[in-house]
Amino acid sequence: MRTAARRLAAATALATALLALTACGPDAEDDAGNTLTVFAAASLTNAFNALADQFEAEHEAERPGVGIVLNFGGSSALAAQITEGAPGDVFAAADEATMAAAVDAGAADDPEVFALNQLVIAVPEGNPDGVTGLQDLAGRSVAACAEAVPCGSAAQTAIAASGTPIAPSTYEPDVKATLAKLALGEVDAALVYRTDVIAARDAVDAVEFPEAASARNAYPITVLHEAANPDLAAAFIAYVQSDAGQAVLETAGFQAPDGDR
Amino acid sequence: MSATRTRRRRRIPAALLAPAVIGLAFLILPLAGLVVRAPWTELPARLAEPEMLAALRLSLVTATAATALSLLFGVPIAWLLARGDFPGRSVLRALVTVPLVLPPVVGGVALLLVFGRSGIIGAPLYERFDLTIPFTTTAVVLAMTFVSMPFLVVSVEGALRGADTRFEEAAATLGAGRWTVFTHVTLPMVAPGVLAGAVLCWARALGEFGATITFAGNFPGTTQTMPLAVYLALQSDLEAAIVLSLILLAVSVIVLASLRDRWTAAP
Repeated sequence: MRTAARRLAAATALATALLALTACGPDAEDDAGNTLTVFAAASLTNAFNALADQFEAEHEAERPGVGIVLNFGGSSALAAQITEGAPGDVFAAADEATMAAAVDAGAADDPEVFALNQLVIAVPEGNPDGVTGLQDLAGRSVAACAEAVPCGSAAQTAIAASGTPIAPSTYEPDVKATLAKLALGEVDAALVYRTDVIAARDAVDAVEFPEAASARNAYPITVLHEAANPDLAAAFIAYVQSDAGQAVLETAGFQAPDGDR
Repeated sequence: MSATRTRRRRRIPAALLAPAVIGLAFLILPLAGLVVRAPWTELPARLAEPEMLAALRLSLVTATAATALSLLFGVPIAWLLARGDFPGRSVLRALVTVPLVLPPVVGGVALLLVFGRSGIIGAPLYERFDLTIPFTTTAVVLAMTFVSMPFLVVSVEGALRGADTRFEEAAATLGAGRWTVFTHVTLPMVAPGVLAGAVLCWARALGEFGATITFAGNFPGTTQTMPLAVYLALQSDLEAAIVLSLILLAVSVIVLASLRDRWTAAP
């Protein structure tokens, strides 16, 4: 009996130790000091991949082995991950409300707007239905984002401004899923960001519409309080806001923020 | 003395107990996390929300419909795999279980390529009858069936293989037709396996997310099931998402537990 009990205790202790070890794993890797973890909105995927490559190349001389880890996702999901304690250095969100939620939760301070994004009507290549604006979407099958995500609230604002009775067939959880419904041919049009249509290249065309100006999304960026590497984080943000960074963003379809440029 | 005897008999080997306890903690702690973090005061207000009720009703109805479809088509598939004697049976079995390993989102895309507006079956339906399946409740049921039917097939096939075929042979010798043997001998013998498979299938359908959002989209009342409502609530309001998850969890536990009791009570 006693040996069995001791064996049980030993087994439990060993298992607990193993669990504790695995739990510590990721933290140990952060000590490198040269790795920057950036949480970025899914719509920034192409632009930030390019920016990260350029940043790494330019800083290789002064900081050998510098590397940027990009974590893309829906802004709201990223904000939830950050407030729940996911380790990161920089957060770039697709709208100010989501950033405000992260700031309110005490994860960061003083975000700065570094880019603007505008909705367009995505249509199949060649625009077979001859869509010229929101007024042409009445009675057609349309995909839009759910109101809980930034592109959805922007779409609602734009639709309300146009006064056209547009009834989307589906409210998708994010902008890529919305565009996918169009790419798969299930809807006639999708309300997505200009940057998404540019990223999709050939398969879809963009139709700009005036109401979009009333619902532009501002993209804020900030260093997180939990940042393991605040200096490098600040350097990356400065790079995003530099002329070189802004050029990359413009190629991806973003607009420069109003006023300061 | 008798007390020590019962203790000795019940003693579980440490090598089994320790991993079992750790495994249980791993499975149960996240659920406990939900319960602890839940804003209980908000619960009544959430329960009264019409959108929440619509999502819950839709989830229960579609998961049940998907289970019914899976029974209708899955039991025959299982019979074919267990008792059929034809070339390529193992390949067929592998194909049937593909949805188990396929990421559900991929399953949703695959369904779109077949039943979508420009799909192999969907395109003629759309052109001839102006019928579109995506973005309808039918699409939700199809997505759930695609993802959950393999659970039923695997479970029923296992039961069929374990069943003693001599009873079927005896019935056949006594003059029963093949259909009569199936309904009066085979099916009663594997009933527990069928029921277990149906429950697994229903539970999987209830939690279905990826294939549903890809194939059926998200529209309140028609295609927004509870998992979709939870995911969207997560975008704006973590507390709401937790409350919705708990409601889904409570409903599924109540249904599964009550079913289990009924079977074990049966002779």
